[in-house]
Amino acid sequence: MQTDTQIRADARAEAGPRSPGCSLRHFACEQNLLSRPDGSASFLQGDTSVLAGVYGPAEVKVSKEIFNKATLEVLLRPKIGLPGVAEKSRERLIRNTCEAVVLGALHPRTSITVVLQVVSDAGSLLACCLNAACMALVDAGVPMRALFCGVTCALDSDGNLVLDPTMKQEKEARAVLTFALDSVEQKLLMSTTRGLYSNAEPPSPLICKLYSWKQEGKCC
Amino acid sequence: MAEAAAVGAESLASGQARAARAVLGQLVLPGEELLLPEHEDAEGPGGAGERPLRLSPAPRSRVRVVCGPGLRRCGERLLVTKCGRLRHKEPGGGGGGVYWVDSQQKRYVPVKGDHVIGIVTAKSGDTFKVDVGGSEPASLSYLAFEGATKRNRPNVQVGDLIYGQFVVANKDMEPEMVCIDSCGRANGMGVIGQDGLLFKVTLGLIRKLLAPDCEIIQEVGKLYPLEIVFGMNGRIWVKARTIQQTLILANIFEACEHMTPEQRRQIFSRLAES
Repeated sequence: MQTDTQIRADARAEAGPRSPGCSLRHFACEQNLLSRPDGSASFLQGDTSVLAGVYGPAEVKVSKEIFNKATLEVLLRPKIGLPGVAEKSRERLIRNTCEAVVLGALHPRTSITVVLQVVSDAGSLLACCLNAACMALVDAGVPMRALFCGVTCALDSDGNLVLDPTMKQEKEARAVLTFALDSVEQKLLMSTTRGLYSNAEPPSPLICKLYSWKQEGKCC
Repeated sequence: MAEAAAVGAESLASGQARAARAVLGQLVLPGEELLLPEHEDAEGPGGAGERPLRLSPAPRSRVRVVCGPGLRRCGERLLVTKCGRLRHKEPGGGGGGVYWVDSQQKRYVPVKGDHVIGIVTAKSGDTFKVDVGGSEPASLSYLAFEGATKRNRPNVQVGDLIYGQFVVANKDMEPEMVCIDSCGRANGMGVIGQDGLLFKVTLGLIRKLLAPDCEIIQEVGKLYPLEIVFGMNGRIWVKARTIQQTLILANIFEACEHMTPEQRRQIFSRLAES
């Protein structure tokens, strides 16, 4: 099934530079574009693009099999070079998010493999990987208890929050935070942060920004 | 598709369960909860749990609803686990019918009673190991063929195609298949003959082709004489008089999923002329 959904998050996002606040870059998603994997998806956020393929539920090596649920494996390939430590830590974050959402108990002693290939990186890479993984899992028909989405926020030195930052905004920011939210109760599935920020930053504007982002356009 | 997805997202965002009857034929997303008909009144939009007045004191009869692929029971509601369109089939007699989600998939998961095409990969002792496209190979006993006894073994080699059905297929056990029905007759099952071509399509296309009165099958039958076997695991074996005709038929089946009926008729008329 070829679905090419282009959802405009905010009209302001396209006309010139974004105003700070809850506006996203133009994002797009295409499913079922690869013939070999059981499910595949390509997710675009601005200029950041990630291609995801899902194989499963498939055979698993006896050393890796779990007797009562599916073994979930995530492989993240960078655009150039061999995968390194940064890719390994991102793989672990994506795997923890997927494990919380996929109903692995329905397919014990099988393996579900998610392979992600970074096509271009222009900021918010981890969030784009999470979104591509979710779309690919849905395309493969893997049973899930909810959908999930990823969002990256950058906190600059003035305390302003920018959602879906570009590479330049990420470099200049004081802190970069990435969150994964589920679709049923908008609960936090995963969070990873880098940089300096204090608990004194009022949490409610951050949560409000995340909810407004979600309502603006994130859906299947 | 975008509008249907937007509606689905709204229901997810609002967090309210929708009635299953109201959503029939529409797109549902994983995580949505659906109310069964008998529970709709109790959980109305007001949420006050008011029940309508009933004159007879008899308790409301519980209707047994079957939960099909893509749905799981979650308390008294149905939880959607796959993305697709919600379908419902009225019951023949009694019961509450079946609800299921029509989703598109390429990977097969063994289900008891399904007829599948498998490839023999190994012979170990008294059983064959057959690859059916699932997560593990199915086992097929050599006695599970028509007229097979300990002395009269079936002539099955590694690499042969087998058409059989599952007798044991659940998530906890290795799937087992047989090539006889419950009366002991082959009924079309067994080793598939020489030549022909085996190819793979999506599971949704197989279900569409096996539906009663499928137009595609009737049109293909008028085109060339052919032998065809459909496996519920997405595999089709087809054999026509010449190799060229076989390849044309294979291409037609692989492409017909994405063609509109008019495009299909154009192709068939062009092939019938040549």
